[in-house]
Order: sequence, then C-alpha cells, then structure tokens
Amino acid sequence: MIVIESISKSFDDKKVLSNISAQFLKGQTNLIIGRSGSGKTVLLKSIVGLHEVDEGQVFYDDRDFTSMKPKERKKLRQEMGMLFQGGALFDSLTVEENVRFPLDMFADQTTEEKKKRVDFCLDRVNIEKANHLFPSEISGGMQKRVAIARAIALSPKYLFCDEPNSGLDPETALVIDELIHEITVDLNMTTIINTHDMNSVMEIGDKILFISGGEMGWEGTKHEILKTDNQKLNEFVFANKQYRQIRDARIENKD
Amino acid sequence: MNFFYHTGRYFTLLYQVFSRPEKHRVYVRKLFREIESLGLNSIGIVVIISLFMGGIITLQVAYNLTNPLFPSYLIGLGNRDTLILEFSSTIMGLIMAGKIGSNITSEIGSMRVTEQIDSLQIMGVNPASYLILPKIVAVVFIFPFLFILSVFFGLIGGLIVGPAVGAVTAPDYINGIQYLFTPYYVTFSLIKTLFFGFLVASVPAYFGYYVKGGAFEVGAASTKAVVNTNILILVFDLILTQILFT
Ligand SMILES: Nc1ncnc2c1ncn2[C@@H]1O[C@H](COP(=O)(O)OP(=O)(O)O)[C@@H](O)[C@H]1O
Ligand SMILES: [Mg+2]
Repeated sequence: MIVIESISKSFDDKKVLSNISAQFLKGQTNLIIGRSGSGKTVLLKSIVGLHEVDEGQVFYDDRDFTSMKPKERKKLRQEMGMLFQGGALFDSLTVEENVRFPLDMFADQTTEEKKKRVDFCLDRVNIEKANHLFPSEISGGMQKRVAIARAIALSPKYLFCDEPNSGLDPETALVIDELIHEITVDLNMTTIINTHDMNSVMEIGDKILFISGGEMGWEGTKHEILKTDNQKLNEFVFANKQYRQIRDARIENKD
Repeated sequence: MNFFYHTGRYFTLLYQVFSRPEKHRVYVRKLFREIESLGLNSIGIVVIISLFMGGIITLQVAYNLTNPLFPSYLIGLGNRDTLILEFSSTIMGLIMAGKIGSNITSEIGSMRVTEQIDSLQIMGVNPASYLILPKIVAVVFIFPFLFILSVFFGLIGGLIVGPAVGAVTAPDYINGIQYLFTPYYVTFSLIKTLFFGFLVASVPAYFGYYVKGGAFEVGAASTKAVVNTNILILVFDLILTQILFT
C-alpha cells in the first residue's frame, strides 16, 4: 500500500499540486485521472521521488519515503517499476538488453538465470521473436509491452504507469490495460496508473483519484463514477459521448 | 547570476558523476563502447584535417620566407612547432568540441526528454555516473592519441605538399622538422589535451543532462554546448600557456 499525505508541489511560482492525500491499495490498479495539464504526471513523479515535494509525505508500506536518505531511496527503488509515457526504452539497447538491464545492474544471477528471467518477462507480455530488435524497429504497442517487461524484471512491489495507452489505437490500448491489471493481480503489486482515457477508467478502475487543476476532485471506484454529482468530474466523464449515452439511458430507465 | 548558476550546477553534476558506480562490469563494457564511438570514429576526420592543415601551414611558412637569407629548414620547423603547440592540441580540441561535443549533448539530451534518464533513476541507477563517466574517461583517454596522430599526419601533409609545389625540397623539410626540437612542447600540449578532453566530454554532457522540452531544445542545447566548450578551451589554453611557460 502506498499512502500520500497532503502533497504540494510548485515550480518556481506556479503551484501545480496542492494538498493531495490518498491511499493506493495492494493488488489493485489505482487510477489517477484528470484532464491534460491537471498535474497527473507531476503527482506520479512526486510519489516516486523524481520530483521533490514541497510539502507532504509519501509512505511505502509504512516506510516514510520522503525523509529517506538517497542511499535508502536507491534501495527502495529496486522494489519499484515504472512505465513512462513514451515507453522510455534505451534506444541504444535491443529489446532483450533493455529487459536484462535491471538484472545486469542489480541481480546477482548467472547469465543463464538472467536469460530465463528475460524470456519469462517477455513471454508474460506476449512478445515473441523480437529479442534482437531495437526499440525503433518495433511498434508503439510493442514498445509499451517491452517497457512493462523491463519494469517487472526485478519483481517489483510497486508499479507506476504514466498514460500507458497514450498514442495507441483503442484495441491495443485495451490489451495494455488488461495486461497491467493481470500482472498487478498476479504479482500482488500496488499499481498506480495515470490516465485521461475513460475506457481505461471503466475497465480497470479498481480505485480512482480524480484531480483537477492540481487539487483533489473526487475519490471512488469505476462503479460509482457514472453516478457522481461532482460538477468537474461530470464534465470530464461525459465529455465522451459514449458515457453520456449510458447515463441518459439510465435516467430514461428510471422515468 | 547565470554564470554562477551554471557553474554551481556543473560542479554538482560532476560530483554525482564521480560517485561510486553500481556495477563495475557494466561500466567497463560501456567504456569500451564509448572509446569506439567517440574516439576511433574520430580518427578519420583528424587524419584528413591534419593532412590538409600540415600542407597549408607549410606553404604559408614557405611563401612568407621570401628573404633568401632565411634557411629553408625553417619551413619544416615552422610547421612542426605550429602543429605541436597550437594546431593539434587547441584547434583539434575546438574541432572535436563540434564533433564529439554536439554528439554527447544530443544523445544525453534526447535521453532526458524521452524520460530515459528518469527511467534509469527510478531503477536506482545513478544516471549521471552511468551516462557521463564512461564518456569523460573515454575522451580524456583518447585525446592524447588523437593529438599524436594529428601531429604525425600534419607533418606528412607538409612533406607531401611542400615538395609537390616546389616550396621546399624533401630533404630540407625533413631536416627542418628535426631541427631544434623541444620535447617540452610535446609535454605541454599533452597536458593541454587532457584538460581539453575533460571539457569536450563534461561540458556538453552538462548541457544535455539538464535539457527541458523536446527536439527543439535539444538542438539549441547542442549549439550552446559547442559554443561554451570552445570558449572554455580557449580560456584554458590561455591559462595553461601562461602557467606552463613561465
Ligand atoms: N518540470 C516542470 N517545470 C515547470 N512546470 C511543470 C513541470 N512539469 C510540469 N509542469 C506544469 O505542471 C502542470 C501539470 O503538468 P502534468 O503533470 O504534466 O499534467 P498531466 O496531468 O497532463 O500529466 C502543467 O501546467 C505543466 O506545465
Ligand atoms: Mg502527463
């Protein structure tokens, strides 16, 4: 479980996050949703320590990450995996080398054990026969899957995904969402996902945190989100025609 | 103040670069890759430029020595000392700042804007050390060799061009390049190349590491990196010449 308490973050004079608190549960896909520019990426990067927060604290299973020394943080980082918006694969390394990279850096394994682990991870995300290709030689969807394989190479306890299906067609996006959800349940990870995609929300929104203009908007689950009377959240949710229709159908049914 | 801000951040970065690496084996492998991509791939351009410049310097010295009382060995000597003292060290440093420096900034800068550096950090790898240290070591290691190569091919350039256009005879030229040879000039320039190598790797790495934005900013950072490296090379040339010759 990851707990954040009253996180605030500014860049120069610009306040991007103010006073955000939440709990992200283990074995579940926890979603941070909001419009573009609402501060999702900054929040995620603040949680993992790529940005230093101005105020507030982050706890990883009761361990206070915010006040840790760099050395302790480095150690905890080996329990984290992260999927970046563009995949962020190392483009000078092949698919296989990318997935093996964390193992080369941190695992005391023989070449054979590493090879096995790499194959397992690539298999887990359904990548075949691409071991020796470079990131520029595979599609965006495959890059995302390889990035997931790399993120889970060291069997992390915490997985972070920034807009995992941005730039993908709806079908591939769904595959990626389901994959992340499956892996989360399988490995019993605490997973936090940034998204502005309502399809993802309805598919895998075990727990949802809506932020708007850097402030807490709403918390709930995918079952509750269509029934909310939160004004801003409604604007966000029903910007999508499909969900307007679902709501309208329900209202008609009630009549 | 911009200057103090950058200087402070540059040294902070260097401090991270020289902190202990995670896995030595990974670093050594990376070091060899860098020596190949930054060093060995620069040999061609060094050879070509040095051949031409050696020939051109030889002609310049020959055509400016119109007084028949000046001995013709001065032509070889002039080429040799120009190469050793300034061309193969300083000018070559400026050229390499353009070639190697812009490469380093754009590579590291692209990694920054595509979140590859964040990606390293989240894994618990020290990105500054992992990305920059092998580059600095590789360039500092390779620069003295490029210097020697440049002097050698500069002398050959003179030997080809001088006699070919009738500016100097081959025996006179060869006699000249051996005349009044001062070994200290070579030591002096070798010391300079170590400093220049460090600048050519570390300054562009700094500009790449802190890029914000996208492709446009990476391009702008490369330009800034090359300009600043060039200025620093000249400043250091001035300082080192003053220190090492007095
Ligand atoms: N490094 C930074 N420096 C200054 N401003 C930033 C930085 N990163 C993000 N911002 C600003 O913070 C706001 C939220 O950005 P972000 O978290 O990327 O939004 P999104 O919800 O689309 O992920 C934006 O207005 C952005 O301009
Ligand atoms: Mg974002």
